[in-house]
Amino acid sequence: MRTICFYFQIHQPFRLKRYRFFDIGNDHYYYDDFNNEEIIRRIAERSYLPANRALLEMIEDSGNKFKVAFSISGVALEQLEMYVPEFIDSMRDLAKTGCVEFLSETYAHSLASLADPEEFINQVKAHDDKIELLFGQRPKVFRNTELIYSDDIAAMVASMGFKGIITEGAKHILGWKSPNYLYTPATAPKVKLLLKNYKLSDDITFRFSNYEWNEYPLTADKFMGWIGSLPESEEVVNLFMTYDTLGELQSAETGIFGFMKALPRFAADKGITFSTPSEVISKLKPVDVISVNDPISWADEERDTSAWLGNILQKEAYEKLYSVAERVRLCSDTRLKQDWNYLQASDHFYYMCTKHFADGAVHSHYSPYDSAYEAFTNYMNVLSDFIVRVEEQFPDSIENEELNALITTIRNQAAEIEVLKKELASAKANAGEAEEEKPVKKAPAKKATKKAAPKAEAKEEAPVEEKPAKKAPAKKATKKASK
Amino acid sequence: MKALMFGWEFPPHILGGLGTASYGLTKGMHKCGDMDITFVIPKPWGDEEKGFANIIGANNTPVVWRDVDWNTVENQIGNTMNPQTYYDLRNNIYADFNYIHTNNLGCIEFSGRYADNILEEINNYSIVAGVIARTVPCDVIHSHDWLTYPAGIHAKQITGKPLVIHVHATDFDRSRGNVNPDVFRIEKDGMNYADHIITVSNLTRQTVIEKYGISPDKVTTVHNAVEPMSEEIMAIEMPRNPKEKVVTFLGRITMQKGPEYFVEVAAQVLRKTNNVRFVMAGSGDMMNKMIRLAAERDIADKFQFTGFLRGKQVYEMLKSSDVYMMPSVSEPFGISPLEAMQVGVPSIISKQSGCAEILNNVVKTDYWDVDAMADAVYSIITYPAMYTHMKEEGIREVNEIKWEYAGQKVIDIYRKVMKW
Repeated sequence: MRTICFYFQIHQPFRLKRYRFFDIGNDHYYYDDFNNEEIIRRIAERSYLPANRALLEMIEDSGNKFKVAFSISGVALEQLEMYVPEFIDSMRDLAKTGCVEFLSETYAHSLASLADPEEFINQVKAHDDKIELLFGQRPKVFRNTELIYSDDIAAMVASMGFKGIITEGAKHILGWKSPNYLYTPATAPKVKLLLKNYKLSDDITFRFSNYEWNEYPLTADKFMGWIGSLPESEEVVNLFMTYDTLGELQSAETGIFGFMKALPRFAADKGITFSTPSEVISKLKPVDVISVNDPISWADEERDTSAWLGNILQKEAYEKLYSVAERVRLCSDTRLKQDWNYLQASDHFYYMCTKHFADGAVHSHYSPYDSAYEAFTNYMNVLSDFIVRVEEQFPDSIENEELNALITTIRNQAAEIEVLKKELASAKANAGEAEEEKPVKKAPAKKATKKAAPKAEAKEEAPVEEKPAKKAPAKKATKKASK
Repeated sequence: MKALMFGWEFPPHILGGLGTASYGLTKGMHKCGDMDITFVIPKPWGDEEKGFANIIGANNTPVVWRDVDWNTVENQIGNTMNPQTYYDLRNNIYADFNYIHTNNLGCIEFSGRYADNILEEINNYSIVAGVIARTVPCDVIHSHDWLTYPAGIHAKQITGKPLVIHVHATDFDRSRGNVNPDVFRIEKDGMNYADHIITVSNLTRQTVIEKYGISPDKVTTVHNAVEPMSEEIMAIEMPRNPKEKVVTFLGRITMQKGPEYFVEVAAQVLRKTNNVRFVMAGSGDMMNKMIRLAAERDIADKFQFTGFLRGKQVYEMLKSSDVYMMPSVSEPFGISPLEAMQVGVPSIISKQSGCAEILNNVVKTDYWDVDAMADAVYSIITYPAMYTHMKEEGIREVNEIKWEYAGQKVIDIYRKVMKW
């Protein structure tokens, strides 16, 4: 039995407006609203909405046999909610068929997985919360920003309880192996890996309407023929692509929608089914272990992270950004947190890529800037202002170490309280049995505060708010202990 | 392949970019092999680099027959030319030019500069070209800039060989629109007679097509390149003040170069930061105006004028800079940013410069976009990664812009016009 696993990515960053160095410290709004609205509306109208209609039709026509997965970044969801709310509704309709799975990723479409594990985990949680809120489904399978993947990331993802990870079937990792099987990461044997079949995926994404391609025109019949003629034992074909392939990269006039709609029929003829990633994971068994030391991704020929962190401009911006991560997490200012998310989008770093100078087309297609230098200048000006704001919240005079110490004290407080409580209990036991009544009264009160604290923690990742809640009992405890 | 080139300047005695470009191109073509180039200039000094081209001085070419012996010729012009060439040329005097003032060898005097009697010199130059074209065998004729177009046309009429003209600048660039009708006529004539026109940038190509009404298929762009820096220049070490960055403007202080935008950028940047100094190097008719403007903007304490820099001083200035700026309003090519990049200085250039078409590791803005230029300056002096990246990538990039490649393109154009 052979199955096809379709997965589409939806992501749009909040593009920055032209932010001049005079604005640093004065203007705290960074986004090019006009452009962002224009772009997301255009893409939604040309691609997302008609593609949703097409997929819904395919699911209904095939009697729920057609399955598909989506990963939608948090920042894209925010823009869609703001500018194209009808898309959210149409996505809900799709979700109701039960043939659609939503995948987990970082909220900000960020590179946090490479920079800051804590940030990464927070963002994944934030994203999954958002998906659950909108579509009533908690993601079970994880795919990282731009399919960035390494052994370390696999371990982190496994620790969060995901059963599967989606990544690129990069040639330099696979070697002679085929991407058409399930694998398992070297660092997390219980997790299963789905690898993108980049040849067949790119046939649709990039080559579908290319007249110079010797397989032009690509028909559903031919495409399914290729999948059908794969070696018998290869069980799953993972077709991963960005959603705007349907309608934007391949415009409606190229016949991409007709092609998609014809797929289920020809698949049925050849006995090929469609599955969501979760179904694949539960049905199939991994055949081998894969180890990835240096992170891979689905970008460029190199299939590594050099599209975002390839030159010193990108590295500088990236390091500056994550240098304040710890402090931002201490902040409780909502706007600051929001900007923090938007500034992390990997796209900002992609615009600074100088690899594409040779063939400017790929680069300029996505970038709102004329050159990498302009992108860097603008981003750094914005980031400078952002850092100024972070420092306003926590003055520069406090050393990072000091802050760290503070953070650790806050985090360890629960444990400390526990210890102190025990001490207190033993001290009281020693003090005599006559005063037994008092601790009995106080115990439930303490329990209540204890319960309240973790709740606050779960709702908001803002340790600042915990401060008063936790410090108060701690003080009481120490007072009592000294008594 | 034999090429007969007409030029006006040749290093080391140069007045502008024309000499550097003609020299580099000729040398580059020579490197491509199988090229036999004769280069005519008005007045050789004898210290020109030889070996890749046979240099003939227009002021050493007889137009009136004089009976002079070998020794006289050798004494007078031996340092620039083989006396035998003189006699060969003398055999090809084609008309009576006794009405023109000539010296004892029967040669016309040339200043080789851009003097007031420039139109007369151009005319004399084309008379001389008639003699040379009859003497020196060639397959193709190549004229550098408008001063030599009449000579090229003349040579073409005599030999019947195809004429290629090389547009290093047009009068539209030099005059910002107030075109001199005489110059325009000469330029237009040259373009009409030419079998093919080479421009130094697409910007110039567009001017040639639109302002001179030339058919686009006759005009090809061959971008200039840059000679590798000599070791002597690379070895220059300049003291740096680590606390203060230097932003430099280097060139003639004239309307064409947009110096006022540089002052405005300085004013903007200095409002935000204090650890930067702006230097305007060069001289020109707008210098006093710029000094007043700097004072008016109240930045004179951080804004310096150096006056005219010559020779090595130019590179010393570049080497002590952190940013090089060229806000030219109209620049056919502009070779100086390439030189700045060679010594590792990040450059900001206007989009209205021809070199912007081939450079990637520079910041390009519109010349009037003072805000964008100020942003770029601020970014380079504030963010170390920006400085380092532009510096390193700039050197790498500019080292790949070689005259050989430009020379090969010119040779290809020769082949096309000769129908080889």
